[in-house]
Amino acid sequence: MIKQNSSFVHQSKGDELTVTLLGDIDHHSAVDLRRELDRLLYAERPARLILDLSSVEFMDSSGLGLILGRLNLMQELGGELRLSSPTPRVERILHLAGLERILPITKTTRDGSH
Amino acid sequence: MNKRGLAAGVENEMQITFPSLSINEGIARAAAAAFTAQFNPTIDELADIKCAVSEAVTNCIVHAYRDRIGVIRINFRICANRVLRIEIKDQGCGIPDVEAARVPLYTTDPQGERSGMGFAVMESFTDRMRVKSAVGKGTTVTLYKKMSGRE
Repeated sequence: MIKQNSSFVHQSKGDELTVTLLGDIDHHSAVDLRRELDRLLYAERPARLILDLSSVEFMDSSGLGLILGRLNLMQELGGELRLSSPTPRVERILHLAGLERILPITKTTRDGSH
Repeated sequence: MNKRGLAAGVENEMQITFPSLSINEGIARAAAAAFTAQFNPTIDELADIKCAVSEAVTNCIVHAYRDRIGVIRINFRICANRVLRIEIKDQGCGIPDVEAARVPLYTTDPQGERSGMGFAVMESFTDRMRVKSAVGKGTTVTLYKKMSGRE
């Protein structure tokens, strides 16, 4: 009935899990994203989670909350979080909150693709 | 009133009213983008406005009407000198300390994974932000952005 405007795809490689977020991340979509991401993280328990932001079309501060919440969860699980390939718009929001000071942000994914 | 039947200095105006359902965050952004299209905005200007409106509407849903569904009203105006004015109004719980709420990373809802950056984003992505609030009566956020001179 109500269209969900975001989702993600994921890929595991060893103990590293890459999650590519897709679409719009706002307060509405963050609720489902958070639930599904946490389900995946508890099941996989990766040593490193990479959130690939290259396909995020819109993100407001609800996306910051989503990222900071996953950072806390990864720390609880004994792992680490990295952000990858934010678009210039998303990068601006990350920078506003100073996220580059608390977690690594790389411009491209590990295999060099966007 | 001017010859268009609008308040003095106002060139066009639109108002939308909707319930504080989170699905309406995206619809409010789309309405903001549609109204702003009259300025022939740059991609960055459009993105700034969508983001600022999204933050304001989210605040209404998450904070003003935290325990109930209420009404959110947005008034969009084109004012003189290519200034876009957007007023987002709720009749929710109000903000006891507006100055504290405007401080980046301030949140009353840490369990809800709120970053406390809503007002900071609105302020950063517009030229001016005014917040008027009364506890128990509601909050009005007014955003102003001078649009570029593209024709």
